Amino acid sequence: MIITLNGAKAEIADGTTIADLITDITGEHRGSAAVVDGEVVPRGVWSMTALREGQQVELITAVQGG
Amino acid sequence: MTDDPFIVAGVELPSRLIMGTGGAPSLHVVEQTLAASGTALCTVAMRRVDAATSGSIIEVIDRAGVRVLPNTAGCRTAREAVQTALVAREALETDWVKLEVVADERTLLPDPIELLDAAQQLVGLGFTVLPYTNDDPVLARRLQQAGCVAVMPLGSPIGTGLGIGNPHNLELIVSEATVPVILDAGIGTASDAALAMELGCDAVLLASAVTRAQDPVAMATAMARAVEAGRLARRAGRIPRRFHARASSPVEGMAVL
Repeated sequence: MIITLNGAKAEIADGTTIADLITDITGEHRGSAAVVDGEVVPRGVWSMTALREGQQVELITAVQGG
Repeated sequence: MTDDPFIVAGVELPSRLIMGTGGAPSLHVVEQTLAASGTALCTVAMRRVDAATSGSIIEVIDRAGVRVLPNTAGCRTAREAVQTALVAREALETDWVKLEVVADERTLLPDPIELLDAAQQLVGLGFTVLPYTNDDPVLARRLQQAGCVAVMPLGSPIGTGLGIGNPHNLELIVSEATVPVILDAGIGTASDAALAMELGCDAVLLASAVTRAQDPVAMATAMARAVEAGRLARRAGRIPRRFHARASSPVEGMAVL
């Protein structure tokens, strides 16, 4: 299925959870978080929250900053 | 200086120098400057994951044993800043946030209306809020009333290295503060950091002055010493300024020559 990931279309497997997506892309969970359709998703439900077709996902992480 | 602990929101921080990690040419330099600065707290920004980036700032910070302080840099509205803080809380599992809400790219000055709104919302959501603010004593008072655990007035705009533009305002903020005052932004060199501490600030937060120095590691060491020297001088009590000279050698007992 297709979602919008950080502003670009991305194909992911059906049933992919937020935890899966973060692990696939960053290799770990520490330091990153997801906003799905404008809502910040609590870390505690990442592994239970499957993404759905067409959702807007912002995957955000810590970077160097003042 | 165990007789002079620096405590923010009930947490004792062993250093009065807080480091920003922005502007460093590499993660390796971040790691070296964190070590040289002796800092116990450093900031990060929150941005979209970039698959092309290698290495993780969080790994570097964890390895250094330094507490992380996510910021809301780049936010222009209270709504954006609150969302960014919520993201940072999930990403980094901390409710500490350096709240930044700036008005425009050219000055990067805080927007006081949006800043206070965001501070009130974040305190209500249970965050430990350290706001980057103008050097405005009245706004600093309002932020404290809102429940912020520190106030972080600028010396001069972010990244300018212009030092402390209005030392009197800082003294006013310090004189009535009920929470730590952390000088944030505008530091150019070690004497600026020492002056901030001499004026009574509890700590200094800086990034560019170190990360963009020609020798970032040497400058990190210089800043650590400047902050410590400034704090010692503040506590030691400087002599009053005098208009005319006052001899330190005895005036009596001069020989007739």
